[in-house]
Amino acid sequence: MNQNVDHILSTRFGRKDGHLLSVYESEEGYQALRKALTQMSPLQVTEAVKEAGLRGRGGAGFPAGVKWGFVPQDADQVYFFVNADESEPGTFKDRYCLDYDPHMTIEGAIISCYAVNANLCFIYIRGEFGWLVDRVQRAVDEAYAAGYLGHNILGSGFDLEMIVHKGAGAYICGEETGLINSVEGRKGQPSIKPPFPAVSGFLGKPTIVNNVETVASVPYIIREGVDAYRQYGTEKSAGTKLWSVSGPVKKPGVYEVPLGIPFRDFFYEYLGGMVEGEELKAVIVGGSSVPVLTASEAMGVNLDYEALAQAGTMLGSGGMIIVPQSADMVELIQVLMHFYFDESCGQCTPCREGTGWLYKIVKRLRKGQGVQEDLDLLDQVCDGMSGLTICPLAYAAVMPMKSFLEKFRPEFGALIKETTPVGPRSRWPMGEQEI
Amino acid sequence: MNKPTEVQAEFSFSGQLQAQFQHIVERYPTRESALMPSLWLIQEEYGYVPPLAVDWLVENLGVSHARVWELLSFYTMFRSEPQAKYVLQVCHNISCHLMGARSIIAHLEKRLGIRLGEKTPDGKFALEGAECLGACGHGPVMQLGKHFYEYLTTEKVDQILESLKKDIVPRADTDRELEE
Repeated sequence: MNQNVDHILSTRFGRKDGHLLSVYESEEGYQALRKALTQMSPLQVTEAVKEAGLRGRGGAGFPAGVKWGFVPQDADQVYFFVNADESEPGTFKDRYCLDYDPHMTIEGAIISCYAVNANLCFIYIRGEFGWLVDRVQRAVDEAYAAGYLGHNILGSGFDLEMIVHKGAGAYICGEETGLINSVEGRKGQPSIKPPFPAVSGFLGKPTIVNNVETVASVPYIIREGVDAYRQYGTEKSAGTKLWSVSGPVKKPGVYEVPLGIPFRDFFYEYLGGMVEGEELKAVIVGGSSVPVLTASEAMGVNLDYEALAQAGTMLGSGGMIIVPQSADMVELIQVLMHFYFDESCGQCTPCREGTGWLYKIVKRLRKGQGVQEDLDLLDQVCDGMSGLTICPLAYAAVMPMKSFLEKFRPEFGALIKETTPVGPRSRWPMGEQEI
Repeated sequence: MNKPTEVQAEFSFSGQLQAQFQHIVERYPTRESALMPSLWLIQEEYGYVPPLAVDWLVENLGVSHARVWELLSFYTMFRSEPQAKYVLQVCHNISCHLMGARSIIAHLEKRLGIRLGEKTPDGKFALEGAECLGACGHGPVMQLGKHFYEYLTTEKVDQILESLKKDIVPRADTDRELEE
């Protein structure tokens, strides 16, 4: 398979000079911006993105052009946010975009801002990516100096300011309302929807939040056209997708492939299969928050939104975690439940308490202190968290928990020793404060 | 109103820092929205956000003490106490875990003579666990300052520690500036 043919987003990945404006310009960079500003109306840009079928690549998969269309036409002030708070375990693609090719995201952001009539754009980068904040800032400075940002861009009359904003360590800020609240100078706790940010977001004004990969796809669509973009992928899952692959495969890394290719082909042809001595046990395809697939389930799916939904999981962020046969699934879910417990923002009780309970129940199972009814209790706690919170974080913990329990139940059951006297204990893990 | 003098005695807000602060305030649409970048400005200069700097921000941004402390306590990267010279943060989330993060942490604990979450008595090293750092395909991964050390092995950890003990910060895997 010729891996270079299908590259839209990753042409400069791995190159030493791809982040420089001069290199980007010499490879058709900022041509799309020129075209959009001189030959297209904002509405035409939105329509093109809509027709291209570009869906949000951060996790939800919502059509980007449709989201843009929710901004009221008569809004006096609109804000645009590029979400680079990449924190979903297993995901590291946006980092590649911004590290190797920051101008593609910047160009995409300028075009997107033109489409929704935003004059202030934030690129929100997670704080842990300290070097990346500096790198993107330098690229933004270059774009200002070249006249792609600032006042009267390319003589079009369109003005845009761009601010690189550094996060400070909070998974929840990847949720769009959490991200907006964070830039407003508050805790990154999500707000209830509706109103949706496209109607009332940053400072109460219409605000669009799009993932880096989504934004980076825009220049190609505008420059090459809708049909060119649609030659990749399927009818409903158009275009290419960046997959971040981690775990003991021969070649982990970030891969761009058209949506819809079979996992089996991707696994053997791109990832080279498992490292010597390991066998495939399970795959978490879309970042840690999506339901796990067993090896045999994974071998039967195609990598697109619809096929993965049909298989009972989600494409999510494309953070693919490969789990080997040697892995202890209960230990892995303990690691994940610790993460959600740690990252719950704390404002909704089902999430704040529920994530902690799940973590503590799994932990006591692993300590040999579990009883049979703990397995049902895990399910009950999950049910008490689902759909009852402001944002999807609670559900993001429930999806892996329930699927691990369902598909690998014998591993949980093996930890329960009928003969172990447990002594007086609370059904709920209230007393176990140690974490 | 003698607090600004105290602040200056504590960390002498330099002219350059003042200018950077003004630049932030001019660019951000509200004073509150300028709070997070201002906290970063202070922390990157002093290694943490001293209580007197909080007072200074309250005065200069017109926000409440509660608001500043809210951010300091909510965001894990903001520190309100002096930190060890080298804070090593090892990712222990799922992908790094699968690639051996636990043995890297155990090795660091042994070499530094401290447990996860502790600081060496000389204040030089601190060892912390981190949730997913976004370097999953490069694991195991450790963060130091603005950079990541990736594909860690016990040998690589030893080399990094030896170098840091001599106060030479080894080039990180994410530091590609020299390639330019």
